Amino acid sequence: MHLDHAHSAPSAVSADAQRPDGTRRALRIGLGGPVGSGKTATVAALCRALRDQFSLAVVTNDIYTREDAEFLLREAVLPPERIAAVETGACPHTAIRDDISANLEAVEDLEDEVGPLDLVLVESGGDNLTATFSKGLVDAQIFVIDVAGGDDIPRKGGPGVTTADLLVVNKTDLAPYVGSDLARMAADAKAQRAELPVVFQSLRSEAGVADVSAWVRARLAAWTA
Amino acid sequence: MSRAALLVLADGRFPAGGHAHSGGAEEAVKAGRITGAASLEAFCRGRLHTVGLVGAALAAAAAAGADPVELDAAADARTPSPALRGAARRLGRQLMRAARAAWPSDELDALAGEFPKGAHQPVVLGVTARAAGLGAQDAAYCAAYESVSGPATAVVRLLSLDPFEATGVLARLAPELDLMVDRAVAAGRAVPGEGVDVLPAASGPLLEIGAEAHAGWPVRLFAS
Repeated sequence: MHLDHAHSAPSAVSADAQRPDGTRRALRIGLGGPVGSGKTATVAALCRALRDQFSLAVVTNDIYTREDAEFLLREAVLPPERIAAVETGACPHTAIRDDISANLEAVEDLEDEVGPLDLVLVESGGDNLTATFSKGLVDAQIFVIDVAGGDDIPRKGGPGVTTADLLVVNKTDLAPYVGSDLARMAADAKAQRAELPVVFQSLRSEAGVADVSAWVRARLAAWTA
Repeated sequence: MSRAALLVLADGRFPAGGHAHSGGAEEAVKAGRITGAASLEAFCRGRLHTVGLVGAALAAAAAAGADPVELDAAADARTPSPALRGAARRLGRQLMRAARAAWPSDELDALAGEFPKGAHQPVVLGVTARAAGLGAQDAAYCAAYESVSGPATAVVRLLSLDPFEATGVLARLAPELDLMVDRAVAAGRAVPGEGVDVLPAASGPLLEIGAEAHAGWPVRLFAS
């Protein structure tokens, strides 16, 4: 037993802000939310908005395939060596919350192989409203829902809606077609989240991902300050 | 020896990456070799007597103080499938992270430095057991039990098998697991004096072939 020793060797247990070589690691932001809410599209748009200014990488967690990683590759939002896919054994929430080891490895490998990085986006596999990221894996998390999933989701709450650092209500362009009441969604989200921010977004509009990327930029500025 | 530390290490929720692996069960389900509790039991029995025994002996040897670098080479030699060697190293690396957080130790640090991309999981497991104040038999029990509990849990997800039936399978295998652990510990304890050639080298060719096929699937739930 060596419980009293100081360990000089790199341990990089999880949330340490320093890398083993003493440099500051990249900011890690998780994106979670239900299936089909637009997580991958938001990641792609964020990459396009930020890649000229920052060194980026993405980790995807697909439930069943590598489709999210392949979508990002097809869209060529980042060079392939900056995108890693983690397999989750049918439990996407386990891989981002209860046993984060595979995701941490992917993040650290990206930093070793294509770093230095400013930002790593960790995209969860589509899951349910209770899926949140461990603080050992990410520094901040974005929860993405969409208006077509039902305008009662903000009212229902759950850890993702209630506690995520940023709530994104996506596909606002679809609201008139699916009968979703955006004002009600905003009021419900406010009631659940108090002062935590909410962004209503349509990636098909001119503004696109601008609000979310501004939020990420502010996080990056705070991380490197 | 701390019995409580053994419970921590053997806990299925110990965050060491195992949840994403099926131990070959996903391939066996798709191939029609596992269709329910009876065939799951046969599959697990096969694993227990082959990779389970070998893994338990490697873990016991590492816990008994054998050279982990030599044990890692012995594990490579006993794992024909490159996909399984890769999976064993990834799981070893993931276990290493959890182990160093739970039981900081110079031996774990040294092994991590020697194998930055991961040593074979049973070897890391044995060194982890040492760091936790556990013995060769404890390490062997963890390895042998993991060799069957992983597939049983995976088949609950893959086939929607009744979880009580899956747990019943594990309970019925327990007496055989005791026997395998006895053999593994005897071999593992002999390694520091006699070298790695005393380790068992049982393998299931279908597991190795299946792992190679599985690694090539474009769509799968489990990493192995």
